Amino acid sequence: MKIRTILTLGTLVIALALISWWMGEQSYTWFPPQASAESQLIDRLFSFLVAIGTFIFLGVVGTIVYVALFQQAGKYDTSDGPHIEGNVTLEVVWTAIPFILVVGIAAYSYHIYDRISILGPMEHVHGSMAHNMASETPAIAPVSTEANDSNAIVKSEVVIAVKSRQWAWEFYYPDRQVTTAELHLPADQRISLQLTSEDVIHGFYVPAFRVKQDIIPGRAITLKFTPIREGRYRLRDSQYSGTYFAAMQADVVVESDDSYQQWLTDAANQKPTAAYNQAFDEFQRSPGGRIGWQTVQPAPPPLVNYPGKGTS
Amino acid sequence: MPGAPNDWQRFFSFSTDHKVIGIQYLVTSFFFFLVGGIFAMIIRGELITPESDLVDRTVYNAMFTMHGTVMLFLWTFPCLLGLGNYLVPLMIGARDMAFPRLNAIAFWMVPVFGTILMASFLVPGGPAQAGWWAYPPVSLQNPTGNLINGQMLWLLAVAISGVSSIMGAVNFVTTIARMRAPGMTWFRMPVFVWTVLAAQIIQLFGLPALTAGAVMLLLDLTVGTTFFDPAKGGDPVLFQHFFWFYSHPAVYVIILPIFGIFSEVLPVYARKPLFGYKVVAISSLIITGLSAIVWVHHMFASGTPGWMRMVFMATTMLISVPTGIKVFAWVATIWGGKLRLSTAMLFALGGLVMFVFSGITGIMLAAVPVDIHVNNTYFVVGHFHYVIYGAVVMGIYAAIYHWFPKMTGRMYSEGLGKLHFALTFIGTNLNFFPMHPLGLQGMPRRVASYDPEFTFWNVVASLGAFLLGMSTLPFILNMIGSWVQGEKAPKNPWRAIGLEWLLSSPPTVENFEELPIVVSEPYGYGKSDPLVSNPDELEVAHEPN
Repeated sequence: MKIRTILTLGTLVIALALISWWMGEQSYTWFPPQASAESQLIDRLFSFLVAIGTFIFLGVVGTIVYVALFQQAGKYDTSDGPHIEGNVTLEVVWTAIPFILVVGIAAYSYHIYDRISILGPMEHVHGSMAHNMASETPAIAPVSTEANDSNAIVKSEVVIAVKSRQWAWEFYYPDRQVTTAELHLPADQRISLQLTSEDVIHGFYVPAFRVKQDIIPGRAITLKFTPIREGRYRLRDSQYSGTYFAAMQADVVVESDDSYQQWLTDAANQKPTAAYNQAFDEFQRSPGGRIGWQTVQPAPPPLVNYPGKGTS
Repeated sequence: MPGAPNDWQRFFSFSTDHKVIGIQYLVTSFFFFLVGGIFAMIIRGELITPESDLVDRTVYNAMFTMHGTVMLFLWTFPCLLGLGNYLVPLMIGARDMAFPRLNAIAFWMVPVFGTILMASFLVPGGPAQAGWWAYPPVSLQNPTGNLINGQMLWLLAVAISGVSSIMGAVNFVTTIARMRAPGMTWFRMPVFVWTVLAAQIIQLFGLPALTAGAVMLLLDLTVGTTFFDPAKGGDPVLFQHFFWFYSHPAVYVIILPIFGIFSEVLPVYARKPLFGYKVVAISSLIITGLSAIVWVHHMFASGTPGWMRMVFMATTMLISVPTGIKVFAWVATIWGGKLRLSTAMLFALGGLVMFVFSGITGIMLAAVPVDIHVNNTYFVVGHFHYVIYGAVVMGIYAAIYHWFPKMTGRMYSEGLGKLHFALTFIGTNLNFFPMHPLGLQGMPRRVASYDPEFTFWNVVASLGAFLLGMSTLPFILNMIGSWVQGEKAPKNPWRAIGLEWLLSSPPTVENFEELPIVVSEPYGYGKSDPLVSNPDELEVAHEPN
């Protein structure tokens, strides 16, 4: 009997562990593509948490379901169950194990966070000075795993200013004095974004990069990351910013360094034109028939050298 | 006869009887639950298609703002205050709360601020549209320029709600500390009483922060002070600290009494004592302590420095330890028991399952690198609703079914109850599970329109929401029908152990003719020790009518 119980429990634990490991592997497919070096680290941490979470969930809920199915009282059974008030050993165990587990999870999360080092130091600046580019931030080495190789050439960071307002994104490339409504980034280089807002709090969020940072008006916030996969992605405002919040999106294009430089050169030769802006467009068309309340007026579309391809 | 248990008019009076006030809270809050539910239906109706096409964006923003506000300040808080009001004095052997008149004033402030909040639909510019967090500068924008505007009424309502809740907290803490019957020592109190105590202590230290933050924001909005306006040198992030210093612990104010309900309901229908009673009781207070130092986990993306992120990640992870202890204790309680799957038990078990799921996603959110990706996405909305609907609303339903015979003197219909459970359980999962993949894919919360790639899961969620809306119908039918013509309830239909079950259903105005003398610990299932030494003297013998 005793041996049989141990064998049953052992088999169950192994089965649960296998399912949990499988779920952890599956979790990579629940995300957008891994378009930044950071995304690989974050997905790995998430996968680890999914595996542990699956194990706990199946263990606890499996027990509850088992009890609910197989330990019901008979129809006319009005007797009580055994009078068990507790078990000190068991209680110590189920306090100690979760404690060790969360300390471990916190340590692993810290380790991952340390390697990402997403956020550089912030500086307080005064209103109109918010676009000052003089960043004191020391360059943080790229996080891709091979970057510590002493022979690797540490390229300088690509500095881009991101200006947000209700409800438009505008990007400024200080080296070439180019303004755009679409964010172009060279692959495999450390990007340093200088985030500013003219009105309310916005959030810079590109799901494919797994990076997010609130943009606080009156502050210049530096956000650093390294795109690694070419393609077209979506930038979304992640901090609720009022009426047209959901429409405040822009395209992000990651491309090879060559095509990035070519694009910059082409853009620098373009005369500034008004970009399409969904919020402004909707506001101008004033939704006929629908009843709404008075709103803050959207800012006019930004005048940019490169308005971008995406128009939705 | 005025004051008699069957005189319905007393529910519309300034009664000071804690049982009347308890039911006033419950019915008022359930009304607002339906109002907040209609707002949710409009939100899900809009989100069933990617475009913003059902209502104007301003209307949508007002809907999610009011949905959150109503559900928290007018449904869960007052509903749990109602349960606490009804049950705490009975459970500790008191004739009423410590301050009955203060109790009544605190309740009557609820319809007052509820009316103020609803009145904001009638002012030019409509109700508040800044979300229930009301982060400045968005909340300070006031496009109409009027002094009386939706955001101003919202802040006024929240401030009044804060005052009302502080009154309630003072009353509960005093009652539990001072009004216990002879022999009702701390470690003979039912866990529900412990959890109400733990929750109300949070109200005492946390609410002043929120109320102060709301008043400062109100001053910024109406008389032009500059606490939070960055254009004039204020700090908008400071408001976030004020707000979350209370509003994260607020979730524990809501969930702690639910832990109490699980701890009461599970032993009764499993016929076993609560496993590790003292540890479960004490861990409520540990949660109260830790809840005061976790708030920055809502602000990991707000521009908080790295060290602060790490400290608050650690504290947030730690709070899962006392919570985990409780979950294991409940599982051990039902293990080897003789389960009777009544409606109340089904809701408690269902709520427990959902709570485990939300706990696991909670740990994921606490891990800063993961949070940086999913913060302010639907993943958080999914996690939160598994807590607030999966655990809290299911727990509230468990409590209402369990104590319905005591409150009304009538039995409820098990058939309708089980139908209600099935619809609620399926609806909750259909509605809130899809939010997790949506969040991982990068759909921000609070959007009125979204990219077409998110359509599938949004359609599923919306169907779940409509099912949840339907699920309240058998409940309402059951409650009204059973109260009017249900079978008469005996003193103790569930053979439960507890002071309230020694009294007639419903109890008389004074509860106890003679105060009970408690002689044993709670949850004595499987043992035949008497709970009190004077069971026959608690009530005057009266003729059944």
